[in-house]
Amino acid sequence: MSSPVTGRRRVPITSTGIVFLVLALTLVAGAVLTAMSGRNFFSPGNISAILTGTSILGFIAIGQTLVILAGSLDLSVPYVTSLASLLAGVLMAGQTSNIVLGVVVALGVSALIGLVNGLVVALLDVHGFIASLGMGLILAGYLGTNYKGSAGSAPRDFRLIGATNIGPVPVSTLIMLGCAVLVILLLRRTRAGHHLYAVGSNREVARMSGLHTATPVVMAHVLCSLLAGMAGLLLLARLSVGSPTIGSQGGYDLMSIAAVVLGGTVLAGGKGNILGTLGGVAIFAVMDNVMGVMEVNPFLKDVVRGVVIVVAVAVYARRSAGQRPPRFQKQSLTDAALQEAR
Amino acid sequence: MTTQTAGRAPAALVEHQGSRLQRLARTLGTPGGAVFILVGVLLAAIVATNPNFGEPGSLIRFIGRTAPIAIAAMGQYFVIVSGEFDLSMGSVVTMQVVLSGNLIGQDEARILPVMLLMFVLGALVGLVNGLATTLLRVPSFIVTLGTMLALSGLVLYLTGGAATGNPVDTFRQIGRGGIRDVPVLEIIPYPAIILVVLAVGAVVLMRRPWGRTLVAAGDNPEATHLAGAPVWWVKTRAFMLSSLAATVAGIILVGYAGVHPSVGNGYEFTAITAVVLGGVVLGGGRGWVLSAAAGAFALELLFTLLNFVGVASTWRDSVQGVIIILAVAAAGKAWRGSLRPRRREPSPVTAPGDPRPARTPATEPATPHTPGTSAGDSGPTQPVPGSTTGEN
Amino acid sequence: MRRRMLTAPLAAVAALAMLAACSTDESLDDPSAAESAEDPAAPPADEGEATGEEPAAEGSDEWFDQAVYDTEYEQRSATFEGDAAQPYLQYIDGPMTDTSEYAAEGPHKVCFSNASISNPWRQTGWITMNEQLKVLQESGVISEMETRDAQDDDNTQIADIDYFINEGNCDAFVISPSSTAALTPAVERACDTGLPVVVFDRGVETDCATTFIHPIGGYAWGIDTAEFLVENLQEGDKVVALRILPGVDVLEHRWAAAEKIFSENGIEAVDYFTGADPTEIKKIISDELATGDVQGVWMDAGDGAVAAIEAFEDAGADYPVMTGEDEMSFLRKWDETGLTGLAPVYSNFQWRTPLLAIEKIFAGEEIPTEWVLPQSPITEEERGDFLAANEGMPDGHYAKFGGEDLPGYPQVWQERVIP
Repeated sequence: MSSPVTGRRRVPITSTGIVFLVLALTLVAGAVLTAMSGRNFFSPGNISAILTGTSILGFIAIGQTLVILAGSLDLSVPYVTSLASLLAGVLMAGQTSNIVLGVVVALGVSALIGLVNGLVVALLDVHGFIASLGMGLILAGYLGTNYKGSAGSAPRDFRLIGATNIGPVPVSTLIMLGCAVLVILLLRRTRAGHHLYAVGSNREVARMSGLHTATPVVMAHVLCSLLAGMAGLLLLARLSVGSPTIGSQGGYDLMSIAAVVLGGTVLAGGKGNILGTLGGVAIFAVMDNVMGVMEVNPFLKDVVRGVVIVVAVAVYARRSAGQRPPRFQKQSLTDAALQEAR
Repeated sequence: MTTQTAGRAPAALVEHQGSRLQRLARTLGTPGGAVFILVGVLLAAIVATNPNFGEPGSLIRFIGRTAPIAIAAMGQYFVIVSGEFDLSMGSVVTMQVVLSGNLIGQDEARILPVMLLMFVLGALVGLVNGLATTLLRVPSFIVTLGTMLALSGLVLYLTGGAATGNPVDTFRQIGRGGIRDVPVLEIIPYPAIILVVLAVGAVVLMRRPWGRTLVAAGDNPEATHLAGAPVWWVKTRAFMLSSLAATVAGIILVGYAGVHPSVGNGYEFTAITAVVLGGVVLGGGRGWVLSAAAGAFALELLFTLLNFVGVASTWRDSVQGVIIILAVAAAGKAWRGSLRPRRREPSPVTAPGDPRPARTPATEPATPHTPGTSAGDSGPTQPVPGSTTGEN
Repeated sequence: MRRRMLTAPLAAVAALAMLAACSTDESLDDPSAAESAEDPAAPPADEGEATGEEPAAEGSDEWFDQAVYDTEYEQRSATFEGDAAQPYLQYIDGPMTDTSEYAAEGPHKVCFSNASISNPWRQTGWITMNEQLKVLQESGVISEMETRDAQDDDNTQIADIDYFINEGNCDAFVISPSSTAALTPAVERACDTGLPVVVFDRGVETDCATTFIHPIGGYAWGIDTAEFLVENLQEGDKVVALRILPGVDVLEHRWAAAEKIFSENGIEAVDYFTGADPTEIKKIISDELATGDVQGVWMDAGDGAVAAIEAFEDAGADYPVMTGEDEMSFLRKWDETGLTGLAPVYSNFQWRTPLLAIEKIFAGEEIPTEWVLPQSPITEEERGDFLAANEGMPDGHYAKFGGEDLPGYPQVWQERVIP
């Protein structure tokens, strides 16, 4: 019963361990169901499809994990994603020479939005739910006013990011995993990461311990928006145009939160990790893939998603409640992340 | 820039205090009271742009059409004040709207049995939400997100996209009709009456032991549990009330607007926004049920004002977003203002004798707050969703 | 005071707007020029100074494509080839695609990438398509149809198409794109397989598909409806335009054409986004009636029309001149109230055509490269016929669904069994 991640510690089983057990279960069920439909679950095409399904939600869920760890929420991500895809697409306008400019501006604006979110949450003391809901509305108005459909165009070189595979693994997924590793390092190895956990765990205690509590919250929001912007860029590469509705189409706000919690991160903050989130994202991707193969009625897909979210979280919510998080096991977690990145 | 804005916010609210709503003056300094000022200001602004709106007939119609969202906000209040979220509300509204269309149809004899069924189903959804949150320890945000997806998917699947017709007109009168030929008002819409009855019921409920325990459970579930209260059952009933409120809202909306699968879309966010505008703190433990209803009115008045002022349709969302953030920021300052007098402009809002020292986390006894005047002990602690399942 | 509180965030918004404005200045040339007729392709417009203060009104010009507008204006009065009793097989004379290379015996597997079935119009069409499928399966043309539903997400649909290409063992593709420009690369990849590709409803910016099936288009909708309102109203009258949501090109076209005609004819038009929610619709109309008289109502999609009409009833106002859609709820309410109205049609029967096109392709018959189907509004005179023909259908059914001769008629549509 020892978890693959933290096996050498005495902790019986961590929530991250359970996440990956659930993922393994999903994979087995997926393989069986896919075989029953006369398909091969492990064919390169299918694996590529599943991994592609993880990349966009992956970016956003990593950012969302940071925000949730800090004790906040970000509901504005879909709009940041749309805006980033549009800004970069319009700036690039099909010219390879403009790629850098487009990327920089899109990410810069995304980070700026995150900064505003973070400042509103940290300094004005507005709950992240409301701050980011409001920011989402503000951006929705801007998008609706200025864009009446898709705009801009990504040059071929930029589109390659969305279209290239190394073996069955899409480059986009690799970039996402690269970001995950960076964020894991940030959380485990840097002071800022530890402060993030501290503030998310208990802001008051963190403050009395001499931390500047605003900084980690603002940082989490900036990174979250930045990652949402990355998702927007990736979508631009896949779609070849920027789109004002692409973010809301994916429902990334609620689905990313669901993936984070499915990954074992506590919604109240201070407890959880990126690896679990990646597991949660993968569970969703496998589930969607299998339901696609089985041609499940789209309405029923939502039913299945809803039930799975609740049941899966219920499986470990009871067990892990009360356990302290294995917060400072830098070594094993980083290693595991690097393994996955390969 | 933020400090400046923030420091002045409570002062502005107090400036308005003297002129209106005298009987609420006692609580106006709290966010729960300030929302009434916001309602007053918005109302004044609307009447200034369109004097017709100030006529009693228009006002009562407005109250009638705002009733469903106000009722939903009161339902959501129970859940939020206990420290949880109910995201399934919109789906419950949709479900009830569609059920009434499909099951009642044009047969008047079915109205009562189907309504009974709707209430049973509503209570059942709440029960499932509540038990999954409290007993299975799944954060309510996730539980209700799951029910939201599952319910709306199931309803659309079972009804082929929910496109049958409107139910019989007698049933729709609940949401569309009213008592006619009333002097001055012309008409008293039934939804307005339902709203008043439910509001009174909610206030009574919150003054009873259950209500006080609920607030206590939102403030400090651990202490409440240690004090011997069955927190799981107290909270579960809050979820049931929320779903039942959504059911009532659904019944009214079927009458008001008719059957369509998009009725109820986004209702959960509107309701939560309304509750928060009403000064109720996400994370639980603080807030007044009538303020939640007032928050709904503030929100609807804002939409109406945007309609009247003629803000370009595409910019409305933005204006709404800015105002929500500012209102909640101002309310947050008011809560905090009562706590931290060392701010540059000592807030005049602070209720006399109210300031208490900042609580040290998890050691404060579970004091059930009197609804409406519970302004005291807001900590700078960021309230977070699902805090019951959160720590320890 | 309140103003000061507003300034900070507004400044932030303005800063964003400025950034966007600067960014667009550089984008003067757009390599992907408009090709197909349905192409909205709005070149990434040089927006000049977006001050953040002046929205929509001027902005819409940049997204307006006069050439497409003119084409669709003409097509409204074009003659259609084929039997008028089978409108789903009619087309405007034009270039034809030779499909003799695909001619083959035996049943074939069709892979259908659907944008979604998230609204009553798409649900009705989806039911019709499945009934058509049964007929073709019985006649041995199609062995099976594998469907992937993208639930309105461009990104998912791209993945769906790629999945079909890699894993589907398809003999032909049918694609109903969820948006125009975004799906273009994926459709091109499908074309690269050398298999026949049928695109319908919304188009893509490539003519690589074997055929692109669509009714005349969004501008035609806007022209039909706005001209009707202009005819029946006087200069200076007020029209409330109820739109579902911004940023969707097919819907933006309808409004762009209508808005142009309204402004040319001195009709005052105010537009709102409703999310197709009747509650919103009713509130909006009530507020408008509280402000002043409303003489006309324009909709970019007809579901929810009943709520708009009821708002007039409840306010005790005269019925407006109104354009809805061929959805049964509007036709019934229109009939009941006797208001002056028009039911524009975004021909739902187009959902039959793709599979019939597949049949022709595998038979090696030539088919129109761009298959423009008829799109004629239901007028007051025709209304009675359509109401009678669709008696017993649910409110969310569309009168011009074109499936009367299919085996499941009428139960399947009445019970609305979504496959």
